[in-house]
Amino acid sequence: MHDAIDVHRLQFAFTLVFHYIFPQLTMGLALVIVLLKAFALRTNDARYDDAARFWIRIFGINFAVGVVTGIPMEFQFGTNWARFTSYAGGVIGQTLAMEGMFAFFLESSFLVLLVFGERRLSRKGHFAAAIALWAGSWLSGYFITATNAFMQHPQGFVVDAQGRLQLADFWAFVLNPWALVQYAHTMIGAVVTGAFVVAALGAYWTLRGVHADTARINLKLGTVIGCIASVLVAFPTGDMQGKLVARHQPIALAAMEGRFESGTHAPITFIGQPNVAERKLDNPIEVPSILSFVAYGSFSSDVKGLNEFPEDQWPTNVELLYYAFHIMAGLGTIFIVIMLGAVFLLWRGALARSRWMLWILMLAFPFPFIANTVGWVTAELGRQPWIVYGMMHTTDGSSANVHGGSATFTLIGFAGLYFLLGVLYLFLVGREVAHGPSSAPVAH
Amino acid sequence: MQALWFWLVSVMLAIYVVLDGFDFGAGVLHLFVARTDTERREVMGAIGPFWGANEVWLLAAGGSMVLAFPRVLASGFSGFYMAMFLVLWTLILRGISMEFRSHVADPMWRGFFDAVFGFASLLLPILLGAALGNVLRGVPLDEHGTFDLPLFTDFTAHSPVGILDWFTVLAGVFALVVITAHGALFLAWKTQGIVHERCVRWVPRLWLAATILWILATWATDVVNPALFSALAERPLAWTFGAVSIGGVATVWSGVRRARYGLAFVGSCAFLAGFLATTAACVFPVMLRSIDVPARSLTAVNAASSDMSLSAGVGWWLCGFPIAVAYFVFLFRHHRGKVAAAHDGEGY
Repeated sequence: MHDAIDVHRLQFAFTLVFHYIFPQLTMGLALVIVLLKAFALRTNDARYDDAARFWIRIFGINFAVGVVTGIPMEFQFGTNWARFTSYAGGVIGQTLAMEGMFAFFLESSFLVLLVFGERRLSRKGHFAAAIALWAGSWLSGYFITATNAFMQHPQGFVVDAQGRLQLADFWAFVLNPWALVQYAHTMIGAVVTGAFVVAALGAYWTLRGVHADTARINLKLGTVIGCIASVLVAFPTGDMQGKLVARHQPIALAAMEGRFESGTHAPITFIGQPNVAERKLDNPIEVPSILSFVAYGSFSSDVKGLNEFPEDQWPTNVELLYYAFHIMAGLGTIFIVIMLGAVFLLWRGALARSRWMLWILMLAFPFPFIANTVGWVTAELGRQPWIVYGMMHTTDGSSANVHGGSATFTLIGFAGLYFLLGVLYLFLVGREVAHGPSSAPVAH
Repeated sequence: MQALWFWLVSVMLAIYVVLDGFDFGAGVLHLFVARTDTERREVMGAIGPFWGANEVWLLAAGGSMVLAFPRVLASGFSGFYMAMFLVLWTLILRGISMEFRSHVADPMWRGFFDAVFGFASLLLPILLGAALGNVLRGVPLDEHGTFDLPLFTDFTAHSPVGILDWFTVLAGVFALVVITAHGALFLAWKTQGIVHERCVRWVPRLWLAATILWILATWATDVVNPALFSALAERPLAWTFGAVSIGGVATVWSGVRRARYGLAFVGSCAFLAGFLATTAACVFPVMLRSIDVPARSLTAVNAASSDMSLSAGVGWWLCGFPIAVAYFVFLFRHHRGKVAAAHDGEGY
């Protein structure tokens, strides 16, 4: 790699993709834990507390890795993207700082009470700690989504005399319609991850015939939440997100669909390989008119293709963008099918006996992580070649004073450090899974 | 508005140093004052409930710098590129070792993470102290307000400078000693039994060294940046804060003599906050000093965001800050008194 910009981008992408494995589970599990603690309080059934206790231990490990891999994201705005930070700091600094003030303090103050405080706190107090972590992690998600939404669809800003972006309307920036839609889509995506993980563990323990009580609770809660969330992530939130992209980033939409020619009755593509050199989609399997309908609400709407736009405005990696979007949408559809099936069996009282479905649920849990990841890849690649859409090119946002050699050094450093983190994480979570849920803490 | 944000950011950074400082210091000391696993868990239990929230002040201050003085943050972070990543990776290792050590009841596992935790806690104050040293000494800013520093040159503190020279190394050592002394008081206050006794033995030695290094560092600062103190006469704020830090040291010594370690810790907090506030009052409005061409310095005026951006920030900051303070009041009240080592699975 001769160009420093590629290393800066690769490092940010790598550290972000690795980071986002953890918060999506944190945010999903936070909701699951709140629900379990609420059921426990309502029914006075200790089995819900046992189930919650197990997930709180996983949450603690997961949260720790999420925090330490999140700090580099904040630092890299300054270290690797200095020109972008100088340019947009007056605006995006608002949400970055608010995330610390309103979300991180809340999370970090109550984490220890949630993880270690069950014996010391009252049952309601422990429930309150669960609520605090849920609120903190979901608030954090909003601030960071709002920051990203500004980069996707800048709102509420002015350009000052030095040519930098400054805040003009605080609420227009914070309540950017893109942020609201993207937040709903992202949070429900995180719930899908949490639900699949919970259901997978319930299925695993049921298949092994261990921890029957907790396994049943996990299966039930995981599939019911998973079913609701899998539907909501596609409709209405995914659909709304798609319509925003169609309206404000039509070039990204064309690239996501591998569409080169413009025209009405645009088909939706299930499979096909974008051939950018020849400007066509190889081996397409498509359904006519659906893309027109999904994007603009009418089967006869005209959907622009990439040929309509100068090539220097195209997203820089059309192929990856196309696949990222299709993997996300494809997996999302499969999630709905799996979870509808599982909930149907649950309703018939047959889920715990349907070993084939338990196997599917157990093996399915990595895929929501993939879907969430490629969803973000779609958003970020679709934004290219811009770092702030329509305002600043990504190539103009990196730190001009950091050369490729320095950036490559730190990229390699991250690769090594994150490999170690990943191994430690899997080891610790694996131990918890093998150990299983534990009953009420003994009073000393 | 620009001056207000200069002080808001300074306050957040000072709070960060005072709070994360005590858990850094405890981390440096724990290998020496706590030898058995039970003793180490006592130390971990003392700082465990706080360290995460303490570290948030760094992130909140960093975010506020992006908001208020984006060019300062961008220039500083990219200019100290390699050093920043050293800080980052050390923060990661430190956080992980704190959170993971007690998950596995194996002496090798715990010994390994204790060593990593101690080493990371030792390295961070040196790095952050050296960073402050660089800011006080100045960096070679170019006409765009950016720079690119080698790790070291000839250690003279004259152009061409590196990140490390005699002055910044001295600043790093001073930071390490004072932070360790600060952590020793926190542990002396919060622990009991043998750990408490060992901390008590460390306290006077560390504070003697800290006091001497403080005087030395002040003299050295005058050598590398004479302008800093020459304007002191017209800056009553700097005098006031200077008096606070002197009062803090006096409180430390009086608290130590009377074996009232809670009081001494308060004195130590006052010293650190007073010292940093004095520094801020002296450098104001310069935030990143240009060593060669003074006019290129990045200041709270020429590097600030627009008044509109700044005043919007003040609006939510005034809501957020009291809430954050309330969390800390709650944390310290909830975990008041001496700590005891937690049982497996119920604490750090």
